[in-house]
Amino acid sequence: MSATAPARLTLGPLLFHWSAAKRRDFYLRIADEAPIDTVYLGEVVCSKRESAFAPYFDEAVSRLQAAGKTVVHSTLALVTTPREVGTLRESAARGLLVEANDVACLDVLAGSPHVVGPYVNVINERTRDFLASQGAVRIVLPVELPETSIRAIAAGAGATAIEIHAFGRQPLSVAMRCYHARSHNLSKDHCQLVCGLDADGLTATSVAGEDVLTINGTQTLSFGYGVVLDEIGRLRESGVGHFRLSPHDLDMVRVATLYRDLLDRRTEPAAVAAELRGMLQGRPLINGFVRGHAGMTWN
Amino acid sequence: MNAGALELVCPAGTPAALRAAVDAGADSVYCGFRDRTNARNYPGLNFDPDELVEGIAYAHDRGRKVLVAINTFPPAGDTGPWCLAVDRAAEAGADAVILADIGLLAYATRTHPSLRRHLSVQASAANAPSIRYYRDHFGVRRVVLPRVLSIEEVGALVADTGIETEVFAFGSVGPMSEGRCFLSSYLCGVSPTSEGACAPANHVSYVESDGRVLSKLGPVTLNAFAPGEPAAYPTPCKGRYVTHGRASYLFEEPVALNALAILPELRAAGVTALKIEGRQRSRAYVAQVVGAFRQALDALARGQSVEPHLSALRQEAEGGRETFGAYRKGWK
Repeated sequence: MSATAPARLTLGPLLFHWSAAKRRDFYLRIADEAPIDTVYLGEVVCSKRESAFAPYFDEAVSRLQAAGKTVVHSTLALVTTPREVGTLRESAARGLLVEANDVACLDVLAGSPHVVGPYVNVINERTRDFLASQGAVRIVLPVELPETSIRAIAAGAGATAIEIHAFGRQPLSVAMRCYHARSHNLSKDHCQLVCGLDADGLTATSVAGEDVLTINGTQTLSFGYGVVLDEIGRLRESGVGHFRLSPHDLDMVRVATLYRDLLDRRTEPAAVAAELRGMLQGRPLINGFVRGHAGMTWN
Repeated sequence: MNAGALELVCPAGTPAALRAAVDAGADSVYCGFRDRTNARNYPGLNFDPDELVEGIAYAHDRGRKVLVAINTFPPAGDTGPWCLAVDRAAEAGADAVILADIGLLAYATRTHPSLRRHLSVQASAANAPSIRYYRDHFGVRRVVLPRVLSIEEVGALVADTGIETEVFAFGSVGPMSEGRCFLSSYLCGVSPTSEGACAPANHVSYVESDGRVLSKLGPVTLNAFAPGEPAAYPTPCKGRYVTHGRASYLFEEPVALNALAILPELRAAGVTALKIEGRQRSRAYVAQVVGAFRQALDALARGQSVEPHLSALRQEAEGGRETFGAYRKGWK
């Protein structure tokens, strides 16, 4: 991706367990109204949720494609069962570009063009180059990387596009255990999909009363909403071509418009931050990781 | 080691611990260099290149093996120290290197094709296609399996991939997919992934407040204790958090993994090697735990029960309570 290529805005996979109707409405509105180039669709967190959206998946794909958007099929971040491996194979056979979030998916995709997602550790140029040699056309970098690392990886990426997380709660870990179920004194096997009760995740507070983490089933996210704003121009120039917005229970069309305007220099980072803060109603913005500090901080 | 016997792989945080583990009956020890290249980069631990040469000589003289963990992920623009660590392990005569980063695996495969490569738990390979990926691209001979699998799942992976597996037998329970956990860097700015230190001591503090002791990592309180109550180390996944108005060990209770009682099941599942955790533990701890597992494995080889050897481990378990972790159904 050369520095002169247009900056692409992407919508990452929905991380939360919304009802099928809510998801359908969300993606149809994205198709009709959001200035987004690429939409990632698919379940990343928990295979128990997968059936919920299945009846609407094809409809969402065709509406998004009809609106001129590229659709990428995202896959699970932690694969353990043979059934989940089978789902990976089905995803790879659908004909959409696939985002691999577990190395298992890289094996399944074996040489065909694909996207490497942020749950595969690509934190240096050696790993980038090996994955590119195996068919990675785009690599989404883990949220932990500071600007210096992102720029170093983007600088020599050649034909491999580089994408970063630019808005939304940051994925911090994936696990076999379901913490949402645990918080309700349920086991994972009998979870009743209680993760669906919290459209933007469940806040985990410290014993001293600080809001620290967000629980989303087997996934743990930041409490604050990660943003890349002041750095976005420099990252563009270093060769980062794709900027990911992670879906939240917010006006994501407005969020996308803000970022589109920022990338096109029609607005300033401070103005975007101010409007996002208004939308978040007291929940903080954070940018520690990209600034090379503790991730939960604002610098 | 007898054919079919489980290999006992033991921690060596220091040269003294290496000798203690070998003397107590380890078949193999694993250790790392004194820098960011290994996932236990803590002050006072690990080996310089000369110490590694001496440690390997000590082990090899007694017919044991040394595995060198170079299992963090090199940051962009600074992969040189990791490549150098692989070179040094090869020159020192290490029996294997334990790697996680795909780029570093590619380097080792190309530069030292005859150096045996094991896949670190930091690579989080928890399924057959992932294992095949590392086996086929990088000639990985053994996979250290993540602590998220049941015995049945472990057995299926062994049958499916035909690869050597090493599983955790004693130490802590890691609820998160390892190598992909950013909780510590989120709270304190130091990355276990690339700097090799989770919840480093210089970011940990203990504060008295309203008659309680608060343990903190960076600015965040991870637990609160009554004075005199034993305070577990404030690692993010071992902290107490409040959800629905109730404080709980949301991720993991303060328990220790102890798989000694299920060694016959692990052997039957086709496991090759057992890993004892604890490079940050004392030489005395290593000697005690390794000795107990040695006796249990010898009993198993003779067709005897392992149960009599459980009592020797009880005092070493973290927080005093033990678990089989994910090996038994119901943990999730």
